[in-house]
Amino acid sequence: MIPATISVTVNGEPRELPDGLSLLQLLDHFALDPRTVVVELNRGIVRRAALDQTPVRAGDSVELVHFVGGG
Amino acid sequence: MTQASGRDIPLTIAGRAFRSRLIVGTGKYRDHATMAAAHAASGAEMVTVAVRRVDLDRTKEQGILFHIDPARYFLLANTAGCYTAADAIRYARLAREAGFNEFIKLEVIGDQQTLLPDVAELLVATKTLVQEGFTVLAYTNEDLVTALRLQDAGCAAVMPLASPIGSGLGLLNPYAIRTIKHRLSVPIIVDAGVGTASDACLTMEQGVDGILMNTAIAEAADAVAMAQAMRHAVEAGRLAYLAGRMPRREVAVPSSPVTGMLS
Repeated sequence: MIPATISVTVNGEPRELPDGLSLLQLLDHFALDPRTVVVELNRGIVRRAALDQTPVRAGDSVELVHFVGGG
Repeated sequence: MTQASGRDIPLTIAGRAFRSRLIVGTGKYRDHATMAAAHAASGAEMVTVAVRRVDLDRTKEQGILFHIDPARYFLLANTAGCYTAADAIRYARLAREAGFNEFIKLEVIGDQQTLLPDVAELLVATKTLVQEGFTVLAYTNEDLVTALRLQDAGCAAVMPLASPIGSGLGLLNPYAIRTIKHRLSVPIIVDAGVGTASDACLTMEQGVDGILMNTAIAEAADAVAMAQAMRHAVEAGRLAYLAGRMPRREVAVPSSPVTGMLS
């Protein structure tokens, strides 16, 4: 059986992701370290401690940001 | 104000003390090793960082934190690239969520060519962020009234520009910077426009509390040497200010005795 996927916008780009992921699992999907990334779900920040209890749903917009060089 | 010879008080922002009066950026370096060496040479204790999307396809570099030791450098996140108060507030919240501190270098840009600030939006963002418990360091122009309004709004430091961001034109309006320093009680950190060591020295001689720079060091042919030059220039300018310069005169005054000359 082919696992179900959902369409989610991640960092402005449409992505097909496995259904049933939490935000923590989404970070793992992209091989990101939750300690260095801040997550915004539908324009609201999700605290690090809440990432594994927050499900990703079809149509969600997720922003994954971190610190880069700047002045 | 003047301390015993060569001694200075620390730069204190919202109760946090820094011995170095030089704050440096982390952008535009040739490579991360050069940046790390330049940071060390600058003597800075605070470095700025920006908030951006993670590159999911890993075509670009990893985050900057792999190359900065947060135990050694206090991180000052900025809202660079934001053109509205709403965007700047969003970036500030994301930066704070990264979990290092509540300081934010608040930038709201109003014009793409000059990168001059939108001071109306800046004031709106300042009020919201101060209410949310942020320590706001506001990048602004050299206008006294705006600086006063920012202080009234609760800014922990006001950061007027020397000249436009990345221009390297140096201190264009020393009078305006002096006026802001005289009239405000919060620390004044000149942010942007310094091009070389003499610019930094001249800026510190106006009596301001510190300087923030990025491009002048990052784009120097030898960034590490320039970082060291900037460290000395900031210290020299600060000391010269504390020392109190001699008055300017329109006439010459001999330095050697005029008596005791041979007849």
